[in-house]
Amino acid sequence: MTATVTSPSARDAGGEGMSGTGGARKKPRIPGRLRRSVIPYVLLLPAILFELLVHVIPMIVGVVISFRQLTLFFIHNWGAAPWSGLKNYQVAVDFNSAVGKSLLHSFWITVVFTVASVGLCWLFGTTAAIMLQDKFRGRGTLRTIFLIPYALPVYAAVITWAFMFQRDNGMVNHLIHDQLHLTDHASFWLIGNNSFVTLLVVSLWKGWPFAFLIVMAGLQNIPGDLYEAAAIDGAGMWQQIRKITMPSLRSVNQVLVLVLFLWTFNDFNTPFVLFGKNGNAPGSADLISFHIYQSSFSSWNFGSGSAMSVLLLLFLLVVTGVYLAVTSRGRKASDG
Amino acid sequence: MADTRSSLAPPRSFLWTRRVVLTILVLFTLLPVYVMISSSLKPLEDVQSKFTWIPSHLTIRPYIDIWSTVPLARFFLNSAIVSVAATACSVVIAVFAAYGVSRYRFRGKRVFTVTVLSTQMFPGILFLLPLYLIFVNIGKSTGIDLYGSRGGLIITYLTFSLPFAIWMLIGYFDSVPRDLDEAAMVDGCGPFGALFRVVVPAAVPGIVAVAVYAFMTAWGEVLFASVMTNDNTKTLAIGLQNYSTENNVYWNQIMAASLVVSVPVVVGFLLLQRYLVTGLTAGAVK
Repeated sequence: MTATVTSPSARDAGGEGMSGTGGARKKPRIPGRLRRSVIPYVLLLPAILFELLVHVIPMIVGVVISFRQLTLFFIHNWGAAPWSGLKNYQVAVDFNSAVGKSLLHSFWITVVFTVASVGLCWLFGTTAAIMLQDKFRGRGTLRTIFLIPYALPVYAAVITWAFMFQRDNGMVNHLIHDQLHLTDHASFWLIGNNSFVTLLVVSLWKGWPFAFLIVMAGLQNIPGDLYEAAAIDGAGMWQQIRKITMPSLRSVNQVLVLVLFLWTFNDFNTPFVLFGKNGNAPGSADLISFHIYQSSFSSWNFGSGSAMSVLLLLFLLVVTGVYLAVTSRGRKASDG
Repeated sequence: MADTRSSLAPPRSFLWTRRVVLTILVLFTLLPVYVMISSSLKPLEDVQSKFTWIPSHLTIRPYIDIWSTVPLARFFLNSAIVSVAATACSVVIAVFAAYGVSRYRFRGKRVFTVTVLSTQMFPGILFLLPLYLIFVNIGKSTGIDLYGSRGGLIITYLTFSLPFAIWMLIGYFDSVPRDLDEAAMVDGCGPFGALFRVVVPAAVPGIVAVAVYAFMTAWGEVLFASVMTNDNTKTLAIGLQNYSTENNVYWNQIMAASLVVSVPVVVGFLLLQRYLVTGLTAGAVK
């Protein structure tokens, strides 16, 4: 999940396998070498098989059916669905049509939501991790409390939030309207424009503990000498955080932000559990995964649903590529 | 550990900021937990009228009713079977794959690790529609029912935790000295003997962490469960929605059921969080 993409390659280059240390290299015996060269593939075979079945093949099938007119009629015999060329894509990006317009709207909502949520999750997680860096009484308890949202099953937590955001019998309206008198009347939180705020609050509550967990892990690798040296040089607490802690977290942050971004952008669970009962997410909280899901299963038009999914994937690939290129260059420049 | 700055007494401004910020975070984090627990002990009238912080009177009635309002026991059993099976398969498969990557050089190693890891970033919705079609059509042509079956869910869920499991175990296995398994090989163990007698016992914390993660992933999955299950195989993720009917929403029972279904994972996680944090630390910053 974290610094994953780089670590295997480093190992690949540096690590000498078992095969190099045995007798095989000095005195090539064919059967032994053959057996040894087969073993890793045997070990990997189950993983490869399941990855193929659940990820690689469906992805290929998804791309194929995005070029077909796959409607309810062909669900049980998808090979018979007629080819439709780029038609599914044209409909999806025709922003004058209802389908294209709502997809574009959902896309922008998702972008704004993701930026806000990732920013806040990172901020909360990093702040909490830094504040728990020193030893003090109750630190372990606090850490455990902060990890509860991460441990709770998503649907149980989100359904609780759905209850809290009920208009008439919810906790939120009771607190801000009845008790604090912040609003003129009890507001709706699960329909209308407020639902964006609702979604953001729930997403933040659910997401920041992961940032906390990862930053906490990152902090443990900063050598204590650095702080001591800085303290001797007269650097204060805030300066130490700015000059030592934050730069040391750079590589952790690079991966953390990317992972948070991908998870948040693809988030399906939160809108599904919050709004699923009404059938549709309110316009202001219409996240793209849920949007594609709804439009696929309400019309049973899997062809156009797949085309939208492929567009989503392409967008994510481009963003990820650009992000890695930019952040890695920044890192190299600052290192050198 | 992380008490690296203890040599220096933090200034008062920092201490006060810390106190305020941590208090707010604790309140924010525990608010839903409090609502969940207190509402699960309220009578139905309480949760249908204005919210109250304190129940008018405490009742354990919701905890009894949850089992009869909806077939919760069946959802529970389905979730348990699917999650345990997916976890077991995922851990075993990941142990083999991670051992292969950690101990051998072979063609395609980089392609394998990068492909497996990158599946983690792809949107679930992209796999959902095709996988649904594939399962339906496999069922039609071979008679093997994957769609709507627990088996189909198990296969799907095990791949969700596989990338993280493999990656984390590679880190753990790399930290087990190679001399150990070479010694075992000299003693006459094959590579599998070395794996199970030497490497696996040395990597137990990593394996536990991976198992916790795999179980949590399967127990909490919503998207595929919403499409790939029927009335008999429905898991908790979808079953909890059955408490709201046209006429009535049994919020006290929903809260009680949410609490009951959370207990296995939260307790497991809190007991084993040390392993997970250590595991992340071992891998995260490499």
